[in-house]
Amino acid sequence: MTEVMIGGTGTALINILFLGMLFVVALAIARLRSLFAIVMLSGVYSLVSAAWYILVDAVDVGFTEAAVGAGMSTAVLLGAMLLTARTAKPEKPLQRLGPLVVCLATGVMLIYGSVDLPALGDATSPANAGIGLTYLKINWYDMGVPNVVTSVLASYRGFDTLGETAVVFTAGLAVALLLGFGERSLAETLKKTPKAETRPAPRGKDGNAA
Amino acid sequence: MTFAALVAILIGMCLLLLRALIGPTMYDRVLAVNSFGTKTVLVLGLLGYVMGRPDFLDIAILYTLINFVSTIAILKFFRYRSFQVPLVRRTDAASRAGDGNA
Repeated sequence: MTEVMIGGTGTALINILFLGMLFVVALAIARLRSLFAIVMLSGVYSLVSAAWYILVDAVDVGFTEAAVGAGMSTAVLLGAMLLTARTAKPEKPLQRLGPLVVCLATGVMLIYGSVDLPALGDATSPANAGIGLTYLKINWYDMGVPNVVTSVLASYRGFDTLGETAVVFTAGLAVALLLGFGERSLAETLKKTPKAETRPAPRGKDGNAA
Repeated sequence: MTFAALVAILIGMCLLLLRALIGPTMYDRVLAVNSFGTKTVLVLGLLGYVMGRPDFLDIAILYTLINFVSTIAILKFFRYRSFQVPLVRRTDAASRAGDGNA
C-alpha cells in the first residue's frame, strides 16, 4: 500500500500532466461559445478526472466519475441542448461580476476551512485513530482488497450499496415512465409538430417542447 | 518499456485534446472525444503495470464500455436529434427529423 501511495517522480509528472489537462479544458469550456463543443469538452474533463482519480488510488470515485460524468451527463446535456439554442449568447461584462464574486467568496471560504484539516497521513487525526484504524488492520485478512475505501463500500457495506442501487434504478425507471416511450414520447411529439417549430429558436421557444 | 509506452500515449492524449479544442467541425470533436476515451483506457491499463497494480485492467474494461455507449448516444443524437428513437432503419419521418449536420 505505501509504495503505491508514495509513488515516484514519474507519478508526480503524470499527476501534473493530468491536472494541467483539466485546467486547459476548464479554461476552454469557460471561453467557448458553441454549446456542443462545451458538452464534448465536459466529457473529456470527466474522462481525465476519472483517470486522475484512479491514479491517486480513489478507485470508487473514478468509477462513479466515469459512469456519471463521461457517460450519463454527456447524454443528458445533449438532450438539454435539444431544447435550447446551439450557441451561448455573449454576456455583458458587468454580468460576469456577480458570479465572479460568488466563486471567489466560495473559494476563500473553502481554503479557510481546509486550514483546520489534519495533515495527509496524520496518525493522530480522528479518521486514523478511531475505528478507521481497526478497518485498516483487519481489512486485508477479511477481504484481500488493497484499497480500504473500496472494500468498505463494496464489501462491508455491500448490502447498503445494493439498496442504494435499487433505489436509484427505481427512480430512473419512474422518470422514464413519466416521460413516456414510443407514441407518447417527446420525440414523437416534436416530430408531429410542424417543421418551423421543431427547429429551436435562439431563446424562449422551448415552451412547446415541455 | 511500459513507461515509454505510457509517455507516448500521454503525448497522444495532449494532441487529441488539442484537436478537441480547435476542431473546426463537430465531427472532429466527436472523434477526438472518442479517441480520448480509448487513450484513457490504455493509460489506465499501463498505469496499473507501472504502479504494480494490474487490477486496474478491470476498471479499464469498464471505461471501454462507457466510452462505447456514450459514443453511440452522441452519434444517435446527431442522426435523430433525440434519444427516444429506436435504432432501426431510417424511415422518412426520421430522415426529416435530422439530416446529420447542425
